[in-house]
Amino acid sequence: MNFRRLLAVWTARNLEFLRDRSTLVFNLLFPLVLVVAFAVIFGGEARSVFKVGVIAAPDATLDARLHPFLGTRHVDFYAVAAAGLDEAIRNVERHQADLLLDLRDGTRYWVNTDSPKGYLAEKLLLQAASGAAHREPVTGSAVRYVDWLLPGILGMNMMFSCLFGVGYVVVRYRKSGFLRRLSATPLTAIEFGAAQILSRLLLTISVTTLVYALVALLVPFRNEGSALLLLLIAIVGALSMISLGFLLAARFASEELANGVINLASWPMMLLSGVWFSLEGAPQWLRMAAEALPLTQMLHAARAVMLDGAGLVQVLPQLGLLASMTALFMGIAAAGFRWRAD
Amino acid sequence: MKPVLEVRNLVKQYPAVRAVDGVSFSIEPGVCFGLLGPNGAGKTTTVEIMEGVNEPTSGEVLYDGEPLGARFRAEAGIQFQKTALQDFLTVRESLQLFRWLYPRGRDVDELITLCALEQVAGRDNRKLSGGQLQRLLLAIALVNDPQVLFLDEPTTGLDPQARHNFWDLIRAIKAERRTVLLTTHYMEEAYFLCDVIAIMDRGRIIAEGAPSRLLKEHFDDVVLELPREDFHGEPAEFPLPLLLAGDRIEISTADVEHALRALLDRGVPLKHLKIRPRNLEDLFLELTGRELRT
Repeated sequence: MNFRRLLAVWTARNLEFLRDRSTLVFNLLFPLVLVVAFAVIFGGEARSVFKVGVIAAPDATLDARLHPFLGTRHVDFYAVAAAGLDEAIRNVERHQADLLLDLRDGTRYWVNTDSPKGYLAEKLLLQAASGAAHREPVTGSAVRYVDWLLPGILGMNMMFSCLFGVGYVVVRYRKSGFLRRLSATPLTAIEFGAAQILSRLLLTISVTTLVYALVALLVPFRNEGSALLLLLIAIVGALSMISLGFLLAARFASEELANGVINLASWPMMLLSGVWFSLEGAPQWLRMAAEALPLTQMLHAARAVMLDGAGLVQVLPQLGLLASMTALFMGIAAAGFRWRAD
Repeated sequence: MKPVLEVRNLVKQYPAVRAVDGVSFSIEPGVCFGLLGPNGAGKTTTVEIMEGVNEPTSGEVLYDGEPLGARFRAEAGIQFQKTALQDFLTVRESLQLFRWLYPRGRDVDELITLCALEQVAGRDNRKLSGGQLQRLLLAIALVNDPQVLFLDEPTTGLDPQARHNFWDLIRAIKAERRTVLLTTHYMEEAYFLCDVIAIMDRGRIIAEGAPSRLLKEHFDDVVLELPREDFHGEPAEFPLPLLLAGDRIEISTADVEHALRALLDRGVPLKHLKIRPRNLEDLFLELTGRELRT
């Protein structure tokens, strides 16, 4: 490994990226759109003070005639189907609903004893119902969806940037013949790959940090752990995904084919790595498959830090796995790397 | 003298065609060696194998007596027939990129001057004219101060002015006693630049030697050219062999006086007569029975 050669290719790639205005703007604009969407969906003033799920007869209207509590103002009462009871109780456990009310057979309610808002909502209910209600206490700490989703969204954006950013460029270089020209110099495949990967790493980490900071300004979210550790996880995770992008682009000379293959790799991660929802209820084999995806490991580690305040030692298994993936992807890519298009 | 480059029994078999069919030659140090032939003769495949960017089916290439390796890549300068550079880089940055890939070499500014790129040094390399781009690619090929320089059809597609400028540049580089391997399908270019040529056709070398020696070996005559319309009478009745070449008539003869007298006897006007020596195109025709540029 010759660092001067690596630095030469890295510098040239950075210059190319910075001067390619349209690509640069897109790379900054897309995450910004995410931030704005986030701020609109999760930010701003809460519309209702309390959220209460209500299970009643299917055709009943949720108003004071059904139960005096339902006449309380500034409370968001929403109907819950009887079949959704378990899910609705989980929402109470996660503080996503303050109370769950079942009016089908007397008044029965679920309240999270760890939730301050649940405590207040319970007071209001008992006042309105004159104490005639059956209490079902549950416990659980609050994880708002926004707290859970943010690492997923950031990770997904990184994943696309990593896979397509490096994959497309390498295929384009090969197709144009630039790689063939480089192959006639002392540059090695490892040096070339490392330069591409480090250039993309710099970009994706800068953009992700920027987005993280902007979201933090607009929407308060939970980070129980160290921001530095989070940065380390982002770097190690990004390296594994960029290496995967480099591996996928190691041989192709057609952008269409590369596009298809990279999509084939990115969609499973988008759906199975737990960006949008947890796979806890999914079949065992699917969950096992999802564990093999680098984004899954990165999100496990990031959520452990942000939601549970995990330290370096707790996320070492994920970091180790990600680093091994990087080494594996890079090894295969360098061994099978093609400089020529034909 | 020990050859810088040696090619032994090179064969390249593609599924449908044998592009190189048992080619052997060697290049002495300081020589400009020209590989000539029509498009599709196997020149580029041969050169690519010699450059180490294409694998032969069989045979070998030796650089300074050794198989091509790290030393060759560090000491060879290569200008491919078609090369894309990295987008969004200026001429100077493109040169700097390649300069950094080599442990030693020439100063970038010196190369910019040598290859007459001062005016465009800060320009995006995609916005160069054909001649400017070829000069940049040549500068890149020279960036490591190479022992051996490969130029694959460096002037194809250039206008005559740019071509002559490029030739001047190559002559300046030749004057530094560098070994050069040039491929071209312009016979004039080969004659002008090369000390030794090898003519390739259908994957084989059909003649090799100094251009003037090759011409002397194969021809002892000159060519008289006349416009077809100036020539009256039946070509078959003319005492010397005639060749109809488009709108011209060519008469090959070792005895110019005799040919001129025969023309004057038939009242052919000599106003548009041209006498030229045999050239490499004639040699190619003689060797293969085919026109070079077809």
